[in-house]
Amino acid sequence: MSDPSAYAYPNSNSARLSTTSSVYTDSRQTRTKSLLERNLNRTKGAEVSLSALSFLFSEMIQYAQKRVNGIQDLERKLNELGYRVGLRMLELLVWRDRNPKRETRVLSILYFIHTALWKGLFGKQADSLEKSTENEDEFMISDNEPILTKYISVPRELSQLNCNAFIAGVVEAILDSAQFPARVTAHTVPIDGFPLRTTILIKFDKEVLEREEMLK
Amino acid sequence: MAATYYFAIVGTKDSPLYETELTSSSKAASNFDTTPKDDHRHLNQFIIHSALDVVEEVQWNNQALYLKVIDRFNEYYVSAFVTAGNARLLLLHDVKSEDSIKNFFNEVHEMYIKVFMNPFYETNTPITSQQFDSKVKFIARRFL
Repeated sequence: MSDPSAYAYPNSNSARLSTTSSVYTDSRQTRTKSLLERNLNRTKGAEVSLSALSFLFSEMIQYAQKRVNGIQDLERKLNELGYRVGLRMLELLVWRDRNPKRETRVLSILYFIHTALWKGLFGKQADSLEKSTENEDEFMISDNEPILTKYISVPRELSQLNCNAFIAGVVEAILDSAQFPARVTAHTVPIDGFPLRTTILIKFDKEVLEREEMLK
Repeated sequence: MAATYYFAIVGTKDSPLYETELTSSSKAASNFDTTPKDDHRHLNQFIIHSALDVVEEVQWNNQALYLKVIDRFNEYYVSAFVTAGNARLLLLHDVKSEDSIKNFFNEVHEMYIKVFMNPFYETNTPITSQQFDSKVKFIARRFL
């Protein structure tokens, strides 16, 4: 599964939108378009090879590992890396939707993450969306076979580590920027048949619940 | 009749990321027009800032991105557009023309996302790109 067309050189004959920026590009003798002229839908549905992504991700983890001490720190560093991706995913996914709209309720933003985000990142929906029975503010999104960490085997000393902290960061960024601040973490919760099953635990801040109450 | 507009992009922490004055008249910036407007320039920022509260009220009851006219100040209308990441595009105008303003917002939204996609762009920092500025002015000439 590979289609690096997302990064292929664009066609140099494609139309330019504004005359001012063509002065820039002509003088630079370059065939690439300026940032503001690239089509946002060009990479829609494009796929990246899993081996390339796994390689990149492994380098990211090694990079983080050199700069932290402890599992919590490592998870937090991965969370921060995922955060930057999440910010951009939200804006892009909403824009690409045929009827773009903002989510104003907790359940609808969670549903958006469960379907649209997972589809945008992994090509399939997440496997389950659950609300915790013990706490009002906790929700769980589970993935039976997380693609990102498919080739990661965690050593016994770090058995608490779940590298899907990166995905937790993506989710956290989406919730934060949509104005649903929350703490998001990734946990390994194996069940029969799916030893690598990961659950993203979302714990909303108090103000989110208060606002939900007011909106009811 | 020259219709003047003041357009601002306000980030999530309520600081302006981009501001510009636009005018639909082709005789833009003629000396006759600008002198009375000079007094109003600082007022624009105040009007936009106070409109932010109204935007916040309206955005939780409305799932749309384009919020149309949400506030008035004397003869000025404030139209708002909220992106998915809660960045607000606000337009101060004195003529009501919903359709063209909607198109304007949609085009600028697309430009904003393109700037936002840049991994080197930090959220809530001012947008200083010359290209972005000229693009916004171009879009304004087209739609407003």
